[in-house]
Parts: sequence; structure tokens; C-alpha cells
Amino acid sequence: MDVEILSRLQFAVTIAFHYIYPPLSIGLGVFMVITEGMYLKTKDKFYEQMTKFWVKVFALTFAIGVATGIVMEFEFGTNWATYSRFVGDVFGSALAAEGIFAFFLESGFLAVLVFGWDKVGPKMHFFSTLMVALGSMFSAIWIVVANSWMQTPAGYHIVGEGINARAEITDFWAMVLNPSSVDRLLHTISGCWLAGAFLVISVGGYYLIKDKHIRFAKSSIKIALVMALITSLFQLFTGHQSAVGVAKNQPAKLAAMEAVFDDQTNAPLYLFGWVNEDKQEVKFGIAIPSMLSYLIGWDVNTKVTGLNSFPKDERPPVNIVFQAYHLMVAIGFMLIGISVLGVFLWWKGTLFKHRWLLWIFVFSVLLPQIANQVGWITAEVGRQPWIVYGLMKTSEGLSKSVQAGQVWYSLIMFTLIYIGLFILFIYLLNNKIQHGPEEADLIPSEIGHPKA
Amino acid sequence: MEFTFDLNTIWFILIGLLLTGYAILDGFDLGIGALHLLVKDDVERRIMLNSIGPVWDGNEVWLVTGGGALFAAFPHVYATVFSGFYNAIIMLLFMLIFRAVAIEFRSKRPMKWWRQMWDVAFSIASILIAFLMGVALGNIITGIPLDATKEYVGTFWDMINPYTVLVGITTVSLFMMHGAIYGVLKTEDQLNRKLKGWVNNTIIFFVICYVTTTMATLIYFPNMVKHFKDFPPLFALALLNMLAIANIPREIHHGREFMAFVSSAASIASLLALFAVGIFPNIVLSNPNPEFSLTIYNAASSQKTLTIMLIIAAIGFPFVLAYTISIYWIFRGKVKLTNMSY
Repeated sequence: MDVEILSRLQFAVTIAFHYIYPPLSIGLGVFMVITEGMYLKTKDKFYEQMTKFWVKVFALTFAIGVATGIVMEFEFGTNWATYSRFVGDVFGSALAAEGIFAFFLESGFLAVLVFGWDKVGPKMHFFSTLMVALGSMFSAIWIVVANSWMQTPAGYHIVGEGINARAEITDFWAMVLNPSSVDRLLHTISGCWLAGAFLVISVGGYYLIKDKHIRFAKSSIKIALVMALITSLFQLFTGHQSAVGVAKNQPAKLAAMEAVFDDQTNAPLYLFGWVNEDKQEVKFGIAIPSMLSYLIGWDVNTKVTGLNSFPKDERPPVNIVFQAYHLMVAIGFMLIGISVLGVFLWWKGTLFKHRWLLWIFVFSVLLPQIANQVGWITAEVGRQPWIVYGLMKTSEGLSKSVQAGQVWYSLIMFTLIYIGLFILFIYLLNNKIQHGPEEADLIPSEIGHPKA
Repeated sequence: MEFTFDLNTIWFILIGLLLTGYAILDGFDLGIGALHLLVKDDVERRIMLNSIGPVWDGNEVWLVTGGGALFAAFPHVYATVFSGFYNAIIMLLFMLIFRAVAIEFRSKRPMKWWRQMWDVAFSIASILIAFLMGVALGNIITGIPLDATKEYVGTFWDMINPYTVLVGITTVSLFMMHGAIYGVLKTEDQLNRKLKGWVNNTIIFFVICYVTTTMATLIYFPNMVKHFKDFPPLFALALLNMLAIANIPREIHHGREFMAFVSSAASIASLLALFAVGIFPNIVLSNPNPEFSLTIYNAASSQKTLTIMLIIAAIGFPFVLAYTISIYWIFRGKVKLTNMSY
């Protein structure tokens, strides 16, 4: 394998692994703000214990998120030096803004969040939780802005020629608010909230099945279900907006997502299928006629540009993008289904009476994780062969001084270390879940009727 | 060379400040790590870890932000150094991961082998991080082989020579001293007495390394003192550096540990300032072919980006200082282990 494919694999491995953790931190951050807010409001120690438990889980995900995040920041330079020279003027500012606005905020207040329970008053502690949650979202904002600029570059001009060419900023806000930033940011953040909410739902479901920590579990599930319902429905909207944006700004990606080969109106929307790229057909597929055209323009006569309208060397791989995209959409609907069902049964008063539902809860944690991963695969593989859409090809962005042997070594090491880290993470997460929240302080308040 | 105080110079100074902040802050927690295995008792090891517990992560952010700022302000430096030093950077990343994970996971399980394993990982990673950073600094002084397209044309082994190794060891010794002084501030009783003893040993170790490095630099790399000859008032910096170092044992002797820590921080800052003056206006010296060096002009982003970043820094930096100071204030005083501790 050559340096290009190795570097791409390494980036894929390191970003995919990293991307397990920040969504959990962002989602749990919001959840902790809610529970600690309830503690401040009701003064019920129960909510403090609840927050403390989730803080411990949060600290675990955060630690791995930071450790694997530094890798991402350095990897642009190590493996994609030519890309870094080309985009540094534009992309670097977003990364530096992330450092100065998000990381300092997060890591500073994280200290108070985890270690400061006895050092500061409840209000100051709540403020710290809020700042950590905000910090983690600021971080998402800047990194999604940077990535969106790679999808839909704006606010720049090209200076220099040949190997000296680079993008220089002309309008900072046009760069930040490039055509895909807002849609993709909302879509990504919602994905993160779902990751956090379903982790809580999963752990709660597990306790109920094991008949442990009943009040804690029920209360956690209810809060998380509300979060999941609102976010999963909102995700329908952000997903739609993103897809319309892709149709407009990155037509080749949309064509790959839905396997559209020839320009057409009345384009169908596939529910599933298997793409044969050579024969340019979708096998075993079921499609809703004209639906794709309708969805992107609210009109069945909307023309969808097919892959054949692009030069052969400017088309992304089709089947990977198609499968990743359809899996994401399917999971999105499953999450809505679980949330709606949960809230409906809650309203009927039978939420915790169905064992099968609790089992669904336990495994539901995997769904947003998978959706987040395949969503990114759709976005990034769908952008290929470009590293910056329309401006620079991925193959042109590599480090010139790095040899395949070096990347082999680092790729193997990253893979081994990350496998070890993942095992460790699961082991320690399981330990925390088995240990459960501290019960001692829960006894004084009556179940379901918090004391003032 | 005519000195002009322009945006490029400001960013050279600002990135220098970020890295100085990093060296002072992460310096002591790397130093605690380097000394960690010398402490044998489990409770004492936990106290060592918890002395840096609430702050190490924030300290590392200075490196992350420094990296981001380098990418934005001097993309060619970021690209050339990170890809040219590929193996070393990857090693550094592995060590940063091991260290973070070791701190986080060490006290989560009670088994002896578990804790010993993470203790070793924490300590070795801390030492290697300090060493690699020192080697990197050493390479900036010696210069590295670059070509006309700003690419590194050497190999991994070109980076390792007696001088760069010496700078690496000096960095480790500096952080050990700095960490020992910090440890004295945060501990009590027996561990406190132990650390006080180590302060003296680490000062001696550091001073030996420091004198050797300084002599080697003056003899082999006279280019580092060129600006001092051209503009003698800069010698004040060297004087400040020596006074700061000499003041550390004095403050320790009088039992003023906090002032000793301030002195130690001042010596780190003045050492880096000497280094920065020495290399200016180069950031990465090309050796041979100095005409291919990366300077604050040929490696920089556009004036527009440097201006935008300056605005971002001006808005963000007061907040950063405010959080940093508040966090250190909230967690001031001696370490007490609680159920949320590592």
C-alpha cells in the first residue's frame, strides 16, 4: 500500500475512534446540566448523587476524548503537510479559536466539576458544569466549521501558483458561516446529544432489568427520554436541511448517497439496496418513486445531477457512501421510534413494565454511535476525491517527507493502542456501572416525592 | 538585520508565550511524573498524582493551543516540523496518550500489578515527553536539513546527536527540579520532607546540565548569541536567567517554597526567551543551506489571518488567564485525598 492509502486509513482509524468520545461528553454534559439544575431547584440530594454518578462517567469519556484529540490536531501536520500548507491560513484560525475559546474553558472548569464538590458552593459548581457543557459544544462548533470549510469553501482566495498556491482568507465570517456550516453543526450536535441521552437510557434500562438503583434509573431514563425525543425529531429537520445543502453544494456527494448515475427529474429515493458501480445499477433495492426530487425541491420535477455528469476522476466511491448514508437514516428513524414509544408508554403509565422495552433500551446506546460514525463516513468519503472540495485532491495533500514504512508503523501502533484503550474504556465503564451511584444519600428522600 | 515590530513578530512572541506557559505549567506536572517512581508508598503516590490532578489537563491545553496557533500563524513551520519529525511526533503522541490514560486509570482499581503498571507508564511517559521536547528545541538550535520547497530532507537519526540529546536531558532535569518544588508546595509530613531533599538534588542535577548546555551552545552554535552582540542590553535577559536560577536554592534554604517556585518559573521563562532571541527571525534554521530557513516571514500566514488571530487572542486570552488563575486559587493548598480523587 502507498503513503496515500495508509495515511487515509490512519486518519480514518484515529478520527473514528476519537469520535466515539466527544459526542458522549457533549451529550452527557447537557444531561448533567439538567440534573444538577434540578438539584439546585429542588435541593433534593438525590439529584446531586445522580449528577455525581454521571460526572464520573463523563470524566472517563472526556479523558479518552482529550488524549485521542491531540492526535487529530497533530496529524494534519504529520501526514497531511501539503494540505496544511495549503489551508493553514484559513483552517488554522478555526483550530486556534477552538483551543483558545473551547479547550481552556472545558479543561479549566472540568477540574471544578470533578474535584471541586467540596471546594466551591453548589451554584459555582453548577456554573462549572454549565461551562464544561458549553466548552465541549464550542469545540464542536469550531471543528465542524473547519470541516465544513473543506466541504464548501468560502471567504478565501487562492494566492500563488503550482506548489506555492494556497488559500488565504478574505472574509472571516464568510469562512465561518460557509454554506454548509450551520446545517452540519446542528446535525452533528444533535447526534452528540442523542449519543449522551441513549447512554443514560441504556444504563438506566440495565439497572431496571437487574432490579437495582430503581429511583435513579427511572428518573435518569425519563430525563433522557425527553432529551432523546426532542433531539431525534429535530434531527429529522437538520438531516433534511443537510441533504438539501449537499444537493446544492456538493451534487456529486448527493448522487453517491442515492446512487443517481444519470441526470434525472423524478429521481427515486431508495430505502435500501446494493450498488453495482460498474454496471451503474442498484440491486435488491426498494425505492419510493420521485421522492428524492420531491424532498430536495418540494417538487417532483427537481433535477438531480447524476454521477455521469462529473469527470470520472471526480466521482466519490458510490456503494460505501450509499450504505453509510442509508444506515444513518434508518437509525435516525429507529431512534425516533424508540423515543416516541418510550414517551407514549410513559404517558400510559407502563413505561417500566415491559421487559422487552428495557432490553431495547440497553442496546439502544449503540445506535447513535453507529449513526454518528456512518454519518461521518458519508460526509468524508462522499467528499472524495477532494480533500478540500473542488480545490485540492486528497492525493495532493500528503506529506512529502513521510515514507510508507513510517505510516505503516504508526498505523499499526495506533490500531493496537486504540484497541487497548477501548477494552480499558469498556472495562472501567462497566466497573462504574456495576458500582452504581452512591445509595447512602438517597434513602432520606421518599421515592417519587423529592423533599423540598 | 533591521528589527521591525510587525504582526509576524507579534505572533512569534505570542506563540513563544504560549509555549512558555506550557513549559511552566505542564513542566511541573511532567516533573512530578518524572519523580513519581521514586515515591514507593501507594498513598504517597496518590498524593503525587492528585497534586496535579485538577490541573494537568488544563496545562496540556497550552500545548494544544500552541500547536493550533502555530498551524494558523506559521503553517509552513507546522507542516515542515510535524511531517519532518514524523517518528518523534508520533512517539510524543503515544506518550501523551499513555500518560493521560495512566493518570486517569491508575487508581481506579486496587490491584497492585495494575497500579504498578500505570505508575511506570505515567513516569516513563512524563520523562520521554520532556526529553523529546528538549530534543526538538535542540534541533531548532542546530538547524535541520531543508530543501528549497521547505521540506525536511533528513532522516529520524539526523535529529539525534550529542548536542540535541544534551538539550533533551537538560529539559528533563529542569522539569524534575520544577516538579519537586511544586511537590513541596502541595504535600505534607513525610512526603514533604522527602521532596524537599529531592529539590536540592534536582537543582544540582539541573545546574550541571544547564552549564554544560550553555557552554556547548556558546562553542558550537555562536549564531545563537549574534543578537546579543549586536544589541548588548539583551544580556540583561541572560543575567535575569542566572539570577533566577541562583535564587531557587536561596528561597528553599529560607523555607519560602512559593518564591522558589516563582523563581523556577522565571528561570524557565528566561531560558525560553534567550532561546527565542537566539533564533529570531528564524523559526526553523536550515542546516546546511541557511537560505532555505523558515522565518517569521516566509513561513507565515497572510497579514489578514494574523490580524484576525490577534483579535481572537485579544478576546480569548483574558478569559484564559482568568480561568487559569481561578482554578489554581480554588485548588490551592495541600492535597487531601477524597472519594473523587485519583
